[in-house]
Amino acid sequence: MTSANDGEIVQFDNVGLRYGTDREVLSDVSFTLYPGSFYFLTGASGAGKTSLLKLLYLAQRPSRGAIRMFGSDVITMPRARLPLLRRRLGVVFQDFRLVPHLSAFDNVALPLRVAGAAERDLAKPVADMLEWVGLTERMHAQPAQLSGGEQQRVAIARAVIARPEMLVADEPTGNVDPDMAIKLLRLFEALNRLGTTVVVATHDVHLLKKVPDSLIMRLDKGRLSDPTGALRYPPRRPFMRGG
Amino acid sequence: MAFGESLSLADRWRRLTSRGDAELVPQARLSGPMPWVIAIMVALTVIAAAAGLSLANTASAASDELAGGVTVQVIEANPAERDRQAVAAAETLRRTPGVIEAHVVSQDEVERLVEPWLGAGAGSGDDGIPIPALVDARMRDRVDGETLGGLRRILRDVAPAARVDAQSSWLEPVFSAIQSLQWLAAALVALLALAMSSAVLLAVRNALGANRDTIEIVHLLGGTDTQIARIFQRSIGYDASGGGAVGLALGLVVVLFLGRRFTGLGAGLVDAGALGWIDWLLLAMIPLAGVALAMLTARLTVIRTLGRML
Repeated sequence: MTSANDGEIVQFDNVGLRYGTDREVLSDVSFTLYPGSFYFLTGASGAGKTSLLKLLYLAQRPSRGAIRMFGSDVITMPRARLPLLRRRLGVVFQDFRLVPHLSAFDNVALPLRVAGAAERDLAKPVADMLEWVGLTERMHAQPAQLSGGEQQRVAIARAVIARPEMLVADEPTGNVDPDMAIKLLRLFEALNRLGTTVVVATHDVHLLKKVPDSLIMRLDKGRLSDPTGALRYPPRRPFMRGG
Repeated sequence: MAFGESLSLADRWRRLTSRGDAELVPQARLSGPMPWVIAIMVALTVIAAAAGLSLANTASAASDELAGGVTVQVIEANPAERDRQAVAAAETLRRTPGVIEAHVVSQDEVERLVEPWLGAGAGSGDDGIPIPALVDARMRDRVDGETLGGLRRILRDVAPAARVDAQSSWLEPVFSAIQSLQWLAAALVALLALAMSSAVLLAVRNALGANRDTIEIVHLLGGTDTQIARIFQRSIGYDASGGGAVGLALGLVVVLFLGRRFTGLGAGLVDAGALGWIDWLLLAMIPLAGVALAMLTARLTVIRTLGRML
């Protein structure tokens, strides 16, 4: 199942997605993501951004088409192998999805624990990450005790703590102030420079300009706008630049 | 929950005995009345199993005692002739291969045996009721129809009034009733195990529903079905261990109490049903089996439910 082309981290080929018997929320979506790239996924509300991200973070199988991730065909992949693939991803959910009974510290530590890290190896990286997102003082607070912005920062810290190969973020700056939004984008950029592929879904067009080297994917009514074919066959120079 | 906050004793125990993944979903949230349900199930199982084992012991002891026993009744109205045939039958039996022992039961003893039905001194005196003479014989092996036929042929000439019976045949209906009770006890144990599995299944489903969001998050972060199942298994394991210990204690108290009451009856057959050390060991293993059953049920339920997720 290993890809012939190991340079591709994600490949969608004519992917369609429908829920139940409704019309397709995604139609004929084809694109390729390359390691170390920074992508923005934009589109109006209801365009299918969250559905596309669900396919990317393996919460959903498509109704049709083919998806390869990290060189493996995820459509035919046995279910038991999916967790290992998911551990290579970092996800920031739109609604944060923090575990309500766990503290900020334990929420951030969750991916490391799931991956089997020893308890003694958790404290420092988790504390460092919480310090980075400015929540050192709040590490023992449970999600219900945190503001929306603080919860979002915990969710982001949780997504990046395990140094994922690909980070998928759904409106990650929606609940934070502009300064924190810039700071979080800088974190994503720093991760990107370390080799992590970043996909950020946002409807904030101002955000696109903040990351000059980003590529932009635009969804419109479930179809990926790809006027130059650059997503499918990316040129040396990205076809569409933020900023 | 990583640093310094106060933990309950139960949480501390769990922390000591668990690995990191135990923190993924809240522990003991599937408890509620579960430990008490398990305690009651285990207590009832211990009592039912003790009854079954006791009945098995009773049947076994009685069967061993009577297996080689043969009774020869000499039914003859003439007392002198009756006594002569009884003595002749006993002597003949003693010379017969396979017979360990044969002796004429004294007239006093026979009268004492029939006293509850015929009254005292019923067979004495000239106008007494003619009571058969008895010869009690013991064979080396279990008596079957062929053995009885052989003995009857041997005694036909020396004691024509003799009637030969296997002692075990008299208690056949009792053995049959005891066997039925044993099956009943086994069925009760099986039903209680089924009921406990069902209770665990409902509790786990409930807990899965209550923690669905958390489980989905763990699942999307790369948690495996086995990892999540292990957490529920462990949690139900704690509940089952606590409930099982209480249930065992409760069950043993009842068994000991009933044992003492039955011992007080002083009846041979009942005394023979006393539990041996292997029986007590088996009873002590019931909570362990309960814990294993509960954990297996929890594991299968969780894995089956998670199997419906991608």
